Amino acid sequence: MIDGTTLFGLCAAALIGFGLFGLIVHPQPLRKILAFNLLGGGVFLLFGVIARRGAGAGLSSDPVPQALVITGLVVAFAATALAVALLLRLAQATGRITLDAAASDAAPTQTQDADS
Amino acid sequence: MMPEPSILLVLALVLPVAGLLLALVAGGRHAGRIALLLTPVGLAVAAAIAVGVVRADEALVYHLGGWAPPLGVALRADGLSAILLLTTAAIIGATGWFARAEFRPAPGQVEGRASLAFWTLLLALWGALNLVFLGNDLFTLFVALELLTFSAVPLVCLDGRAGTIEAALRYLLFALFGSVLYLLGVVLLYGAYGTLDIGLLSDLIQREPIALAAAALMTVGLLAKTALFPLHLWLPPAHAGAPAAASAVLSALVVKASLFLIVRLWFDVMPELMNPTAAQVLGALGAAAILFGGVLALRQARLKMLIAYSTVAQIGYLFLVFPLITRPESVPLAAADLGAELVAISVSTSAWSGGVLQAVSHAFAKAAMFLAAGLIAQRLGHDRIADLGGIGRALPITVLAFGLAGMSLMGLPPSGGFAAKWLLLMATIETGQWWWSLVILGGGLLTGGYLFRVLAPVLAGASEPVTLHAPVARYRELVVLALALCSVLLGFVRLGAFDLVQIGRLTTAGMGLP
Amino acid sequence: MTLALAVDFGLALLVLAVAGWTIAVRDTFAAVIGFVAYGLLLALIWVRLAAPDVALTEAAIGSGLTGLLLLGAAARLRAIETPATAPGTALRWVAGGLCVLVAAGLAALVLWLPDPAPTLAPMAVAHLPATGLGNPVTGVLVAYRAIDTLLEAVVLLPALIGVWSLASDRCWGGAPILRYPRQDGALTLLAQVLPPFGIILGIYLCWNGADEPGGAFQGGAVLAAMWALILLAGLADAPPVSRRWLRVLLVAGSAVFLAVGLAGIWIAEAFLAYPAGYAKPLILIIEVVLTLSVAVALGLLIAGPPAEDPT
Repeated sequence: MIDGTTLFGLCAAALIGFGLFGLIVHPQPLRKILAFNLLGGGVFLLFGVIARRGAGAGLSSDPVPQALVITGLVVAFAATALAVALLLRLAQATGRITLDAAASDAAPTQTQDADS
Repeated sequence: MMPEPSILLVLALVLPVAGLLLALVAGGRHAGRIALLLTPVGLAVAAAIAVGVVRADEALVYHLGGWAPPLGVALRADGLSAILLLTTAAIIGATGWFARAEFRPAPGQVEGRASLAFWTLLLALWGALNLVFLGNDLFTLFVALELLTFSAVPLVCLDGRAGTIEAALRYLLFALFGSVLYLLGVVLLYGAYGTLDIGLLSDLIQREPIALAAAALMTVGLLAKTALFPLHLWLPPAHAGAPAAASAVLSALVVKASLFLIVRLWFDVMPELMNPTAAQVLGALGAAAILFGGVLALRQARLKMLIAYSTVAQIGYLFLVFPLITRPESVPLAAADLGAELVAISVSTSAWSGGVLQAVSHAFAKAAMFLAAGLIAQRLGHDRIADLGGIGRALPITVLAFGLAGMSLMGLPPSGGFAAKWLLLMATIETGQWWWSLVILGGGLLTGGYLFRVLAPVLAGASEPVTLHAPVARYRELVVLALALCSVLLGFVRLGAFDLVQIGRLTTAGMGLP
Repeated sequence: MTLALAVDFGLALLVLAVAGWTIAVRDTFAAVIGFVAYGLLLALIWVRLAAPDVALTEAAIGSGLTGLLLLGAAARLRAIETPATAPGTALRWVAGGLCVLVAAGLAALVLWLPDPAPTLAPMAVAHLPATGLGNPVTGVLVAYRAIDTLLEAVVLLPALIGVWSLASDRCWGGAPILRYPRQDGALTLLAQVLPPFGIILGIYLCWNGADEPGGAFQGGAVLAAMWALILLAGLADAPPVSRRWLRVLLVAGSAVFLAVGLAGIWIAEAFLAYPAGYAKPLILIIEVVLTLSVAVALGLLIAGPPAEDPT
């Protein structure tokens, strides 16, 4: 008989699959950022499953993975904020919200009047 | 009480972080001053760590908060960490001096946007690199990688143009993809073994599916951050678009941080799992990077793009270490034969030393090249390779530095790049894997080709008089020359000094076969 | 099937459905709404996994702050959103196959996890008295793995500087503008009613974190969300980024943490160690200052780069 913890473990595996799919197939950066967060949620959930499995010594869950997730959530938020800021700035500068694959090889160095 | 030498590891970490906090509060002109004041201190600390490692003849270890792993987190410096800490401090310091003229508030301005961002991010990046080289806990290393990413990405688009913002966003997305895969590997390892300390894990780890899956996920994640072919797409526009001082640090140091973690993972965490097939795959990707990066570098019209593609190629060499350090199954090994064991150790010594020397000499050479390109672009107002004629007369020291750095990249004697590639070639012969030597030689030819494309017009002189833009301060040229000289002089550091790289290896080496 | 398992089963199915919808739905704004729901469901699962500290953080940061950030972005990008070229069928199939493979592999590994599971719980409990804390998660965060927490506070700074660096040179030193362009009554009302409760909750979480679920990051996140709400509704403006007091507030948490840690080299046994008997008061001081700094940093991360006032 399967228990709740294992169930959530399987759920985490599926969420990671969903997130990865979104990250690969969505061309718009905002959707990629969203998928990254969804994927992160799945990975963090796996931490929770591992923590719950490590219950012991009067604790119903191992505190170490829990603490790691709290750190991870804050880091993921900072990453999202930076990505969103870059995207909004890009949209403001170019009026488009997709990453132009063809532009990646174009040399971005026009003139470099560095000291001016 | 006389503190232990291992307290130096804490100092190497705290110094840049404290600098970041101070620079952000003080702001304005002070941010740059704080960074420049700290770099010599940081260099001294790194040197002291190297001396400490050599004196102790083993890795220095510090338990943070007095809590021993697995509950606590340890810092650990072995010979390789010490060398990379030194390299980092030297290059950050040199780049800082170079950037002094560029990133200062305009006259009459209290604080400039780009100047505050540059100096604070440079300090944060330095702290992150030091933590990557010292961390001995896989999760702390994750935080270090994120700190590194958040400091590196905004440096790419300091000029605020749409093209560089796009490059920065793409870089960030690749890096985040890499982090999440790395973190997934971390949770699997914790679930299987209940610790994230590298030393403890290496004792516990078994050749079983969960460890292999974790290793695979973490490796792919780190490869995306290292920009190994075919995950290199983000690198050229990001490294070429950044201001010269930022490009230098990104190309010389930042990509090597994730590579360092791949090395830690395979040689320290799970040496038993290193299997010849995986090693050959990594080597093949490295070879593809060398050839592909070299060919694309040949086709670039702009100097900074050429140098960026050269980074893609040079990273490839570092991945040749993986197959060269592990003996392929086809090479006969008399099991339990003492003589064979000795050969195995010497084999891995030359591959290992060659790899480290390649990483360090490329770091100095690439920093010199990007900074030189920055000066050239400033003097000419452009960096089109076809129109570089006459710059040799206008900036002779810079061009000399570029040439010296190029010599090291090509692997011409007596440079550091030569010694590195020579050691790698030796390893191909010693391990009977001749096919890698073709790649090393072919890569050298390609490097020669694309550098010739730059140097030919530079030295030929201009067909028509060149129009010169902003003049370049002499001391900035000398900084570039010093970096290039470092890269060349590394070739004279006899192998004896590179015994340091062997100190504190968790595994004695040469244990490629299970 | 027991009732608890039935609840878990329902939760798992629901979260999977919401996640699938978030990925599949065409409209970006709808996807973001889906994501917020996803975060809240995850928080419920965290409660079911006996991890209330994480549940609080997930709800506050994972769902709340991230949702706020993404909703703002989706709203601003809506005007210029063009129907994206759908990815090719081949790519979808290849990516789909790959992801199914990864998910199936992970699921197999979850089933193969060792039993009994390795755990640090006994060790974490055994050493907790030395820290004077009652909550083992806080013990891990501020004592055993203090370095991670210190660095996590530091990590927010380069991210914020990165966001600020996207300002135009002209606006440098000015204030970020978060104000929602269309003022609506509901938002204003929410921004007037919610913050007093939110602030009390934030302070409670921070103060309580030593012994009960909660802590600096959760408290800071709630405070930051309240601040962001006030900014969005236009009830107050963000301070100019050049203000010295703002910079001091931003670094204070990391600086105090670092200072106590360094003092530990002399007054305790190591960097980031606390002297015996003084651990709890020192930890409380760190938590309070850290909560403030985290709240300011998270709030400013949402507020974005300094900009010109459109009004």
